[in-house]
Amino acid sequence: MAEVKAARTLTFKILRYNPRVPGDKPRLQSYQLEEADGMTLFIALNEIRDKQDASLAFDFVCRAGICGSCAMTIDGRPGLACRTLTKNLGAEITLAPLPVFELIADLSVDTGKWMRGMSERLQTWVHMKQEEIDLKRIEDRMDPDLAEEIFELDRCIECGCCVAGCGTARMREDFVGAVGLNKVARFRLDPRDKRTDDDYYELVGDDAGVFGCMSLLGCHDVCPKQLPLQTQIAFLRRKMVLQGTKG
Amino acid sequence: MNSTQNVIAGVGLADRPLKSRWPARMDFAQSASGLVLGLFMWGHMFFVSTILISKDAMWSVTKFFEGYFVLGVSYPGVVSIVVAGVLGLVMFHAFLAMRKFPANYRQYRTFIGHRRFMAHEDTTLWWVQVVTGFLLFFMAAVHLYQMMMHPGDIGPYGSADRVWSGRWWPLYLVMLFAVELHGGVGLYRLCVKWGWLEGKDANASRRKLKAAKWVLTVFFLVLGLATLGAYMKIGYEHRAQVGEKYTPAWAVPAPKEKAQ
Ligand code: HEM
Ligand code: SF4
Ligand code: SF4
Ligand code: FES
Repeated sequence: MAEVKAARTLTFKILRYNPRVPGDKPRLQSYQLEEADGMTLFIALNEIRDKQDASLAFDFVCRAGICGSCAMTIDGRPGLACRTLTKNLGAEITLAPLPVFELIADLSVDTGKWMRGMSERLQTWVHMKQEEIDLKRIEDRMDPDLAEEIFELDRCIECGCCVAGCGTARMREDFVGAVGLNKVARFRLDPRDKRTDDDYYELVGDDAGVFGCMSLLGCHDVCPKQLPLQTQIAFLRRKMVLQGTKG
Repeated sequence: MNSTQNVIAGVGLADRPLKSRWPARMDFAQSASGLVLGLFMWGHMFFVSTILISKDAMWSVTKFFEGYFVLGVSYPGVVSIVVAGVLGLVMFHAFLAMRKFPANYRQYRTFIGHRRFMAHEDTTLWWVQVVTGFLLFFMAAVHLYQMMMHPGDIGPYGSADRVWSGRWWPLYLVMLFAVELHGGVGLYRLCVKWGWLEGKDANASRRKLKAAKWVLTVFFLVLGLATLGAYMKIGYEHRAQVGEKYTPAWAVPAPKEKAQ
């Protein structure tokens, strides 16, 4: 006979704060909810907003771990609300917005602005020589293994968890974060990108770049896409040290 | 008088248009100096712990480093030179590592809050390194200066007298924990930082590295405590004859020593 377990009552302690409301103070507000089968934080938060408090602010788009907009701090760790099952958490769940990024209100932050700044700074697009941009020519074939490797790194959804989970990024505002370093590693692999290590050194060869990383590996441990951040940062570090000690 | 270079560097434009190569060199040098110190620290612990085997064993190790078995005469000055090198290396390492310390109230506040709330092991271990590193600034400096200036006093009785009658044991006790935690975490971090011993599955090797790190740390802590205890005991029993040097029965009369 299958055992019927009584549903748990979950207590959500949610950080409420709207920096645009003058005099508003950060505080924790509690909500209670009966746990349902297969409940994610996405489902729970929507239920709270629908039935208990319409003023609660949080972001969602895809509900499938693809858009990266639902990232928040879950019991102290950055993660995606839509990919987090309540059954893997305790009966009391603390939710807070991601640090580092501009706070909109409650659990909603603007990661887009930060990511755009990072992309512009690191020029995260394929750089081709002008004369090679010939739209009529058939593109060179890419080795499938290499394409696979690039694709692996391209899975980043820019959710910002790695930045929020990084002690270095927390302390130093100009640090590019694992997301940025991973992107450089990705374009470095791409044979269409004509940039050399000399060019990459100009982008990340200082304490705001790869040498700022103190190998705390918070990024690696919280990335919801399980990107190989530890390996990529170590690899980039070796290449950049080589570049920096060469000339 | 100001040279062109001074003018350009003076207003913060030295690294234009190209980035400086120094951050790369410094990152490498920080790791290299840490590696040498970490390995030295383990070797050092084995030498010092020979007292657990016997006074004769520790005496022989001391005399070996003073060049006695090669030259037939002891040169404690050799030890001074080695210690000076280690002190230089500690200073060099500290100078580089200092860049990573939180630098102002906001950074401290942020990091401490982050560490507490996130409760992430490697982040906490980094904090342990900051705290122990800071302590070692002072403790290593005091210890090394003493060794550099009085190398001739190293020996089964000399060291034990210093530890007990000289009241150095509180320093050594705290320093043992500081150095073992600092060095152990440091060597683990070197591996994940540079991708050493990563193998095919980085997560699995990291788990193994971390386990190995803890085993080694506990091993060296236990060895260190036993060693310190042994010196304290000898020092206590020898407290009435402070200053007398130990010479193994088979080495009497005591070997000649060259003045420092
Ligand atoms: C920063 C780390 C350390 C460095 C660089 C260092 C360096 C040295 C050096 C160069 C010597 C001279 C040894 C010889 O040539 O025979 C020495 C002696 C000694 N060290 Fe350390 N040491 C360190 C940490 C420690 C720790 C943690 C302990 C804890 C037990 C310790 C206990 C001793 C003892 C008992 C001696 C010989 C005793 C004496 O004559 O006072 N050292 N150390
Ligand atoms: S690397 Fe991972 S944690 Fe960082 S932004 Fe990309 S998906 Fe998110
Ligand atoms: S390894 Fe640590 S310091 Fe480096 S990016 Fe990741 S979390 Fe930040
Ligand atoms: S809602 Fe898109 S990742 Fe969670």
